[in-house]
Amino acid sequence: MTDTTRISGSLRNRLATTLIGGAAVLAVLLFVVVRGYAAQIAQQGQDSILAASASSILDAAIIRDGSVEVDFPYSALSILSTPSDDRIFYAIYRDDTLLSGYESLPRAPFDGSATTAFTTTDFQDDAVRFISARRILVGENLRTHVSVVVGQTQDGLTLTLNRISRNVAVFGIGFFILAALLSYWATSITIERLTRLTISVTRRGPQDLSPVIAPMPVEMAPLVASLNTLMDRLDQSLNRSEEFIAEAAHRVRTPLATVRSYAEATLQRVSKEENRQALRSMVRAIDESSRAAGQLLDHAMITFRADHLEYQDIDLVELVTEFVRSFSPLAEMKDIEFSLHMSPPVHIAGDPILMQNAVRNVIDNALKYSPCESIISITVSAHPNPRVIITDQGPGFPPEQLNTLTERFTRGDNAEGTVGSGLGLTIAQDVALAHEGHLELSNLPKGGACVTFILSA
Amino acid sequence: MRYFYLIGMMLCFVMSGAVFAKDWEEQHLFQAPNHTLTLRVLSSTDTSLFAPIIDQFVQQNPNISVEYLVTGTVDLYDTFRQNASDFDVVISSAMDLQLKLTNDGHALKISGVSHPDWAQWGQGLFAFTAEPAAIVINRAAFAGRRKPQTRQDLILALRARPEVFRGKIGTYDVRASGLGYLFATQDARASETYWRLMEVMGSLDAQLYCCSGEMLDDVANGTLAIAYNVLGSYAHARPDALKKIEVIFPSDFPTTMMRTVFVPKETSQRSAAVSFLKHLILPSTDVSDLGLFRVPFLTSEPNDMGQSMIALEPALLTYLDVLKRRKFIQAWEDAIIQPSF
Amino acid sequence: MKFLLIEDNIQLAHAICSRMGLDGHVIDHAETITDACAYSETNDYDLILLDIMLPDGDGRDFLTAHRDGHKSTPVIVLTARSQVSDRISILDLGADDYMTKPFDHAELEARCRAVLRRRGGPLQTVKRIGNVAFDPVAGTLIVADETVQLRNRELRLLEVLINAPGQIFAKQKLVDRLFSYDDNVSENAVEVYIARLRKHLLGSTVQITTLRGLGYRLDYD
Repeated sequence: MTDTTRISGSLRNRLATTLIGGAAVLAVLLFVVVRGYAAQIAQQGQDSILAASASSILDAAIIRDGSVEVDFPYSALSILSTPSDDRIFYAIYRDDTLLSGYESLPRAPFDGSATTAFTTTDFQDDAVRFISARRILVGENLRTHVSVVVGQTQDGLTLTLNRISRNVAVFGIGFFILAALLSYWATSITIERLTRLTISVTRRGPQDLSPVIAPMPVEMAPLVASLNTLMDRLDQSLNRSEEFIAEAAHRVRTPLATVRSYAEATLQRVSKEENRQALRSMVRAIDESSRAAGQLLDHAMITFRADHLEYQDIDLVELVTEFVRSFSPLAEMKDIEFSLHMSPPVHIAGDPILMQNAVRNVIDNALKYSPCESIISITVSAHPNPRVIITDQGPGFPPEQLNTLTERFTRGDNAEGTVGSGLGLTIAQDVALAHEGHLELSNLPKGGACVTFILSA
Repeated sequence: MRYFYLIGMMLCFVMSGAVFAKDWEEQHLFQAPNHTLTLRVLSSTDTSLFAPIIDQFVQQNPNISVEYLVTGTVDLYDTFRQNASDFDVVISSAMDLQLKLTNDGHALKISGVSHPDWAQWGQGLFAFTAEPAAIVINRAAFAGRRKPQTRQDLILALRARPEVFRGKIGTYDVRASGLGYLFATQDARASETYWRLMEVMGSLDAQLYCCSGEMLDDVANGTLAIAYNVLGSYAHARPDALKKIEVIFPSDFPTTMMRTVFVPKETSQRSAAVSFLKHLILPSTDVSDLGLFRVPFLTSEPNDMGQSMIALEPALLTYLDVLKRRKFIQAWEDAIIQPSF
Repeated sequence: MKFLLIEDNIQLAHAICSRMGLDGHVIDHAETITDACAYSETNDYDLILLDIMLPDGDGRDFLTAHRDGHKSTPVIVLTARSQVSDRISILDLGADDYMTKPFDHAELEARCRAVLRRRGGPLQTVKRIGNVAFDPVAGTLIVADETVQLRNRELRLLEVLINAPGQIFAKQKLVDRLFSYDDNVSENAVEVYIARLRKHLLGSTVQITTLRGLGYRLDYD
């Protein structure tokens, strides 16, 4: 069955991959967003310090005697100190003339009437954040623009960002690992329901087609519903085919009976030996096929029932007695006597139909092989295990086949299409096995077969 | 002693075939036994102070000769600006100028040097000495008198005996000396006392010097009674002079300079220059014990030291600003140069 | 004996009738339950042979009606279903026995005898010839007030011979009547039973004559 199942990926893997992949995406997203946010915050921090520096330089600008003086405080530059010793640049302009500081610093264009503007450019091989700030100075008969550019490299910022990135990365990885573990856990829990369903279906006997009634998660309900429908259909179809087989056997039996009756009648009328021989063969063939059909049906039925036995209380003594009575006309025909050894009832729990089949087949077998005017002895005993022992005075089992016969009873090994004795004992064996018992075959010392049908205590 | 170095200087001209002709204050070649390359060290510090430690370096690196070139801090700055690629190591006491060179990207980044954070900047500029500015007095001039311990004391002492001190007070000409300018601006930043002191000194016809060494010499020989903002370390390098002079570190607020060194990015002998730098900032032996080095090295307990240092930070650029400098020099000149009465 | 055969398959019914006629039985044949009821109302039968599948209903319905009408005539069901569950329900409904088609007529007779014996009904079947009384149901032979219990094969052999006194039966025919078809028995086996019967019939007016090369014949005075 499994050989024919086409495997296309694993639901668990797919689920886990999706969840873990989602977690990874989330972790990366988290990293990018938090890092971006941190970068923004850090940049804002740098910008505000640059702005403070620029404005304290601008604040110091005054006009004295028509010239601009900028006696900016020490703190204007000292606030730009960073742990990573960022380089700083500044320049002070009057209108567009450089008053002091570094030459050729990039001057960010002012946006409209804004007094500050930021830009980040490469300057002297480093990424530098520049602020431009301006102010109008008004003196006597004078009105002039003073502007200042302050720049700072971004080593400190990068350091801070790297530290934040590292922390966020650690956090992201932690989040990812946690999410992955959760995903694995969630996946396992989800799959476990499927596994449980699988196990409950697998553990069933091949004939158990009852619907799955265990409560299922809503997602699995359609699967289970269709499984139940399928099993229901299968059950119906099996029942139908069983009925069909029984019906077919029935339809065949009536014409066979007709032929047999005519053959028997004709046999009484004809006297030519070769015709008589033909008629006898015909009757024999009919008997054989009828017997085979009956046993095949019995065997199929036993296989069907063996997986869900309908246990009832059975008295083995009563059961055997009934069959002896039913078989006695047949026994009489060969002047065979039944010798019964049983007194108190022997109660067992078993499937009555199977038990009847088994006992009937064993007695039938004994009758078939017993010579005329012989005795079939039947013992029913409760100790040590419930058992039925049937011995006859026939030829017994071929000694060299005792083991082979036993082997042939093993379930499933009926491929030889055995008709007659083999199947009869196979049925008995199967019933015994279904009741956790077994069938023992032996030959009596003084001749005759002994079949012991043993059930578990 | 100096003649000895002059010989060295002559030798140097012959051997190195200097790239450009320049009159150095001092020029000395520390010849290595297995000479393969020469490090050109541009410094503002007298050769005598560094000779022992350079000798030690040459001993430990027998293939590296060191050419030691000395000039004033401002000239050093200008010279380097013009010919950056001619020098392999730059040492100066003018922290602000050194910091500016570093800020402008001239210093090679040297990572993996374990050096206190406050004593380095941007892994390029490293401080290796701590040298406080001192008041140096001629013992004779203060015989039997209380010696000034603070700037305020000094003002009072000057005012008390103007006739004694007139013309006999010396200090840096901040226009010519980078270190003098650094000391002056840091003093001015720290306290208004500085300006009062300058006015008093100006009124007493203060003498202006380019260098600490000369001031010490003049205090020792009695030309000066007091020198203000002198590098005390130079005094210790003159053991005979110490008998006549006394070095006082003002107790009101210390102004402590750190000598700094960097390897120019432009150097073609990076590894040798870097090992020279490491030799300076991380002395392999306790040089002070050996009496080799006459400059106070940074010690390894710098935390409280760091507080009194002139901070190695970009704010040092403030007083290098053209406008600021113009204004400061103006104020300084107004204070110190007064028409004689 | 008088039988009522209820069987809708006419061919089978004819076959059965013709076979049983050979044994001297009288058989009425009904094809439907309706007919069967009519027959059983108006006649007394020793035994009813009932098929289960009938055009106007299930044979089991007839059984039920038959038992509800307190009829005592024994019923043997002829069924095409071999399975145990079917047989059980048949017996539960009050049939006296059942036989699965196709069946051996000898077995049918044996079962009929067994049923009748169990019922212990009036012995209408006793046959008297000469000074001998033969009861095939009880299996007894009374010769000069002495009752002999016959064994099954003696009984069947005697029944064949006594039903047609004066008729010659070939040995082979007798073998066919006495033994089942899968037993391979020689004709001589019959001689054993003939000898046994002759022993039982000693001192009676009935004797079995051997006709060399032809068979046996029962004669009586």
